[in-house]
Amino acid sequence: MTGLVLLGIFNGLSVASILLLIAIGLAITFGLMNVINMAHGQFIMVGAYVAYLCGNVALSLVGADAAGNAFILALPASFLVTAVIGWLLERGLIRFLYKRPLDTLLATWGVGLLLEQAAKNIFGAPNVNVRVPTWLGGALQLGPDLSLSYARLFILGLALVALAGVYVYLFRTSLGRLVRAAMQNRAMADCLGVRTDRIDAYTFALGAGLAGLAGAALCLLGPVGPFIGTDYIVQAFMVVVLGGVGQLLGTMGAAGAIGGLDSVFNLQFSVSIGQVIVFAAVIAFLQVRPSGFIRTRAR
Amino acid sequence: MPDPSHSHDSDAAPDLSRRKFLRLAGGAAALSAVGGLLAACGSSAAPASSGTSPASASAAAATSGAAKPSVAASAAAAASEGAAGGIKVGVLNSLSGTMAISEVAVKNASLMAIDEINKAGGVLGKQLTPVVQDGASDWPTFAEKTKLLLQNEKVAAIFGCWTSASRKAVLPVVEQLNGLLYYPVQYEGLEASKNIFYIAAPPNQQIIPAVTFLLEKGWKNMYLLGSDYVFPRTANKVIKAQLKAEGGTTVAEDYTPLGNTDYSAVVSKIKASKPQVVFNTLNGDSNVAFFKQMKAAGFTADNMPVMSVSVAEEEVAGIGVDNFKNQYTAWNYFESVSGDANKKFVDGFKKAYGTNKVTDDPIEHAYAAVYLWAKQVEKASSTDVDKVRAAADGVSFDAPQGKVTLDGATQHIFQKAMIGQAGDDGQFKVVWDSGDKALQPDPFLKTYSWGSTVTGS
Repeated sequence: MTGLVLLGIFNGLSVASILLLIAIGLAITFGLMNVINMAHGQFIMVGAYVAYLCGNVALSLVGADAAGNAFILALPASFLVTAVIGWLLERGLIRFLYKRPLDTLLATWGVGLLLEQAAKNIFGAPNVNVRVPTWLGGALQLGPDLSLSYARLFILGLALVALAGVYVYLFRTSLGRLVRAAMQNRAMADCLGVRTDRIDAYTFALGAGLAGLAGAALCLLGPVGPFIGTDYIVQAFMVVVLGGVGQLLGTMGAAGAIGGLDSVFNLQFSVSIGQVIVFAAVIAFLQVRPSGFIRTRAR
Repeated sequence: MPDPSHSHDSDAAPDLSRRKFLRLAGGAAALSAVGGLLAACGSSAAPASSGTSPASASAAAATSGAAKPSVAASAAAAASEGAAGGIKVGVLNSLSGTMAISEVAVKNASLMAIDEINKAGGVLGKQLTPVVQDGASDWPTFAEKTKLLLQNEKVAAIFGCWTSASRKAVLPVVEQLNGLLYYPVQYEGLEASKNIFYIAAPPNQQIIPAVTFLLEKGWKNMYLLGSDYVFPRTANKVIKAQLKAEGGTTVAEDYTPLGNTDYSAVVSKIKASKPQVVFNTLNGDSNVAFFKQMKAAGFTADNMPVMSVSVAEEEVAGIGVDNFKNQYTAWNYFESVSGDANKKFVDGFKKAYGTNKVTDDPIEHAYAAVYLWAKQVEKASSTDVDKVRAAADGVSFDAPQGKVTLDGATQHIFQKAMIGQAGDDGQFKVVWDSGDKALQPDPFLKTYSWGSTVTGS
């Protein structure tokens, strides 16, 4: 029985890591930049399809046995491709809308629809199968009831690496300092000679790239098809809002809290009931603390 | 899309006539009359005289049934005749939105059957003209497009729908306007409409044989997992009643929201409750997540067999053959079934839509549905809805799955049930079928002693 309890805890951590991974990009585009980025889910989808293409290319180059290992290369590739798309989107559309945050909702939603339809036209409507390394297929057996799947351990590790990377970038590098300066007080940063428009483009590209990374990682667990963006977008926004908009640590805390609740309630009740309870808990919490876990100081 | 009927609808004259009609002739007759009038306005070059044109007048008579019988008979043929003197038929599926993934192939199958029938000389010597409409994965849109097909296009029959929700949205419209819907997807049963032909398996042709198959294998403890909507919930009601009556046990019953992608808790619960088999009524993308995560947790067909009723050839590629190998699924058709009819069907489908395309159960049923309707029309010598319906009983077709026969009483088909096991190539090997004698359709479970516990009668 202790095995099952431990498994429950692992499930909670695993769900939390998935939520963190899909939300961390949005924590930047929505949290830091205040762009209501409805295309975030479609960025995840783009990342997943890049992983699919990497697998196919590897299949023709090295054969079926080794092709799965291309997945490791697919992670940075997904990040880069999605980041470029994000950069183009920022330069071509979003930079004209910074003063109208609600309009970004409509604009990015439209972009999301375009990406979705493009994926449907290029890859077809049915789900595709992404080649993943065979060594991620098994599970770490720690007892009769306790087995930790390698895929989930991998995602857990990747989420932590992504979080650490973003933290170091924002808080330990000079570029990150400029990003924070531009987001916190744009006029002052401009006066001090910071190229805020470039900073905007880089930051948005980073957020998009992280979504792409999440998409590639989720190939291990979930479906890969044109419509998967909509599966993840609501959860991503829920995590960011619950954590406190603009707060990286809050995003982590929120992912952990939702993951933990999810694990407990889904084991106790039917999964659809469990999710209703989790949503209810989030709503109740936001009634008490409308700004989420960590309050943003007003400036 | 600019829709001519809408602009005319706002014109004063047809609106006025509609009100008058409503008062004089009652709802159904009036609605179809206006429909005919609007169609004539929209398509003909002489809108001024359209109100009194024979086409629209006879359309009203044909669909309302209010006119004298002799008029109605001749009107029926006129009603569904297009400009080219052919017979118009409607094809209504979601070509956009979340259900497009499944329904586009079903639409293609219907069109292929229509094309084949036309090449063989048509029906009653007339060519069929398909009118394709997009239900857009939105149930009110299905109802609206049905109205459009019946009133404006005056189609003789409609082929389509996938989800039970879309069928239930179309049902009141075809009943009110006395149209015909041919529905091609396995469903939860417990429904009868005189205006719908269910060319699909009710539980007794799919789910109940699948449970029997598992019980015969000695797998008596079942974990029921489904998406949270009407089909899985009704299916599980049936399964629980059957298990209770036939000596099985329901270990747990679990539902996840449609589109759910995290199955860690479900996998843990399966691990904890140790069933012998999982009965899976998940729909759509969730199947991919479920099977991937089962595999990742160390469950394969060897230590945890899963019986699925909504995973067909089309879905296996997305799940990944490795994750689904040797698992079971229950249908009435597999692409791998032998026979000339199936070979012709599979070859034709791949030729028309691409060699990488697969066929599956709903695609096959959609194809068979068009042929069955055509045979009913030939038997009735008319496209009149009431005559076509009256001609239904005993009409049969050598479908790709084998011979299927319409049952006039339930408006379902006699067909075989099959269990397939997934192989390395994404195809299924048929490991069990219900024998040469086709199963009688029993949507209300009247032939089962425990059926009343499900239907509540």
